[in-house]
Amino acid sequence: MNTQTGHKSKRILSRTDHLLEVREFVGDEARAFGFSEEDASNIVLAVDEACTNIIKHAYQYATDKEIEVSIVPQHRSFEIRIFDSGRSFDPSTIRQPDLKEHIGHHKRGGLGVYMMKRLMDKVEYNFHKGKRNEVRLIKFRSNASTVAGR
Amino acid sequence: MIDFKIHQRDSEDVSVIELKGYLDAHTAPDLETAFQKLITENKFNIVVNCRDLSYISSAGLGVFMAYVEDIRKNKGDIKLTNMTPKVYNVFDLLGFPILYEIYKDEQEAVVRFHEPKK
Repeated sequence: MNTQTGHKSKRILSRTDHLLEVREFVGDEARAFGFSEEDASNIVLAVDEACTNIIKHAYQYATDKEIEVSIVPQHRSFEIRIFDSGRSFDPSTIRQPDLKEHIGHHKRGGLGVYMMKRLMDKVEYNFHKGKRNEVRLIKFRSNASTVAGR
Repeated sequence: MIDFKIHQRDSEDVSVIELKGYLDAHTAPDLETAFQKLITENKFNIVVNCRDLSYISSAGLGVFMAYVEDIRKNKGDIKLTNMTPKVYNVFDLLGFPILYEIYKDEQEAVVRFHEPKK
């Protein structure tokens, strides 16, 4: 869908079988923006992690809710804004995962948030009462060739 | 459309699982089922060949983490092989190379299972 401001957005139901569709949408837009294949892959993975978190945590696997993924290309950066109307959570409670702690404890949480931070230049959360939750994933053009912190 | 496929080959005392396609939150339960089945059948020497794995997210990585301890307790292991650079980068992002053996080639991993344990 093209919005009036030229941004492109896609709405999906909160089901994991729609993740592939979102990845294709975001990957095409990232490559069209001029990102390398590696950067486009990193952006796609970060968006997948964000949408997966929404399905699991915000909507707790309810399959009839909506997720909106909006692409907002800026002059120097590529922004993806992801909206949901589920439960909000405080991402600052998520610390860097310790792989050894995860192993054997069937503990899965926290990996996605950590990966989003590593894959993107900026990750912002906007939670306001009465409004949809928003996650903003930002990648700068100039930093395009490396994963942050590597 | 088939997003993800698992093919299992058993040879002597090693089971090789070939992954194909996209391993994400939608398809990760299929891999969980495969590991559960291997454990039930007492097959603990496992090589996961990732040659045709095009994509992995943290949901897929989580499956490897959930089962490896059970498998190691039974004197087995999950060894990973044949990753494309794109897939390797995702494993690397979470520090997998420190805790898992990753080989370029399936045969290298199979041979390791036949070496005397240190």
